[in-house]
Amino acid sequence: MDCRLTVAQTNPALGNIGRNLEEHIAQVEAARRGGSQVIVFPELSLTGYFLKDQTAEVALSIKSREFARLAELSRDISIAVGFVERSDDGRIYNSVAFLEDGAVLHVHRKVHLVTYGMFDEMREFAAGDSFTTFRSRHGRFGLLVCEDAWHVSSGYQHFLAGADALLVMCCSPGRGVDGGARELASEHTWRTLLEAYGLLFQTWVVYSNRVGWEDGVFFWGGSRVIDPFGAESARLLGLEPGRLDVRLTSDALRRARVATPLRRDSRPDLLARALDRQSDGRSA
Amino acid sequence: MNPLDIHPPLVEQLLVQFLREELASGSFSRAVIGISGGVDSALVAALCARALGPDNVLGVMMPYRTSNPDSEGHARLLASSLGIATRKVEITGMADGYLGAHGVDDRMRRGNVMARCRMIVLYDLSVEWKGLVIGTSNKTEILLGYSTQWGDSASALNPIGDLYKHQIYELARHMGVPSPILDKAPSADLFEGQTDEGELGFSYADVDRLLHQMVDLRMSERELVDAGFHVDFVRRIAARIAATQFKRVMPLIAKLSQRTVNQDFRYLRDWGR
Repeated sequence: MDCRLTVAQTNPALGNIGRNLEEHIAQVEAARRGGSQVIVFPELSLTGYFLKDQTAEVALSIKSREFARLAELSRDISIAVGFVERSDDGRIYNSVAFLEDGAVLHVHRKVHLVTYGMFDEMREFAAGDSFTTFRSRHGRFGLLVCEDAWHVSSGYQHFLAGADALLVMCCSPGRGVDGGARELASEHTWRTLLEAYGLLFQTWVVYSNRVGWEDGVFFWGGSRVIDPFGAESARLLGLEPGRLDVRLTSDALRRARVATPLRRDSRPDLLARALDRQSDGRSA
Repeated sequence: MNPLDIHPPLVEQLLVQFLREELASGSFSRAVIGISGGVDSALVAALCARALGPDNVLGVMMPYRTSNPDSEGHARLLASSLGIATRKVEITGMADGYLGAHGVDDRMRRGNVMARCRMIVLYDLSVEWKGLVIGTSNKTEILLGYSTQWGDSASALNPIGDLYKHQIYELARHMGVPSPILDKAPSADLFEGQTDEGELGFSYADVDRLLHQMVDLRMSERELVDAGFHVDFVRRIAARIAATQFKRVMPLIAKLSQRTVNQDFRYLRDWGR
């Protein structure tokens, strides 16, 4: 892995695919002109988040003409986008797609649909059922959509599969201003989580979160990149749209993994046995 | 430190952005606010002036004949400190046109009529001003239902509805709201000598602490009593919140069809913007 990557922190127009697609194209062009090889958008970047009954109305197939336009652009730069996916069998997923060399290389369907508090995703979406890494011309990537990252088993599967970088694509609403804190509770939580992922899974962690307001709820942005040692490598300040350019290198991966060989020493066999015992109905 | 404390520059930044973006999503850039001379509307006017520029903010003073003259004085002080436009609309004529003709003596009914007269004025002026009515209800009063439905609670956008009264004061101080407004006892000024705390029967400091732990931190009655709240106070506030839920939701619609507004016809207000 040695690539120049751009995180696009955007503010999608709710349910307006046409306008959002034009914004994506503008961002892709700008990143490409700046020499980036990969650009990463947030979760549901083509549609906005609180879609409710719009969900089915804005669902897209990866065979749609919107994806054909993105695929064309991906000949020059790899693109990760968030969208409402209508699958061939008619199910609707909260998906992210990775496009490269003129085609959709990989689709990840959000597994952990968030359905509590202010969220209602299980009402709108079918759940994905796997975490699979894929090899891009720029390295091995694992995709996570927001709540996926809250389940350590998601990141662990990508870790076992040897991901060089996790792309964590989010629509994380900002909340928590009490306790006199200078940062939002959501930012504190996500920073802790992402740095732990970098530290424990020894990968690059690319966090792409959107900004903007939907009916009084804001998304706090704070897009950032964590290095394979768990330290922040770069981030966007503020709550405004922006682009973050970073360089992801194999050297950092190698140094982190030599210093502390976590993957070598991991024992997924113990986990597998524990899971077997559980599925046999015995205590783990 | 009070657990309700906020970091005012962060909250200011968020609310300024909220006002700009949610107004723009309705293709608006101007605001109309009823300025009472109290801290809530003063804070909202200050936030709007910061977000939209003072030239785009109209502060409307709407005294009734029994209103405390200090209220208008404080509203004028605020408006001049912010540089916003003002308008004074006496509601005595419109309110007494109904109250007098129909012999309404009950204090609560009279207060509700005044609050709804003010709503009528604000919504009408919002057309002339080409702006939206910005709400001034705080979280404490919303949870307690301490407002007139479709009166002072009516607005298009409310930047301060998720801030407890304690937090309102913190942010208002940070925003430079004049001290006479910060220092006086909160009052709806619907009858002579009225204060919020006198009418409610408890202090904002106590109820803010209770609401924060009960609502935000989801503490149970047992936990709240263990934390030092009197069980009667806890039960009284819990009952009050439940009894005033009707003020926090849209009117109920009898569902008859296959698809009913707000039941299974669900779209954000920002839909199509």
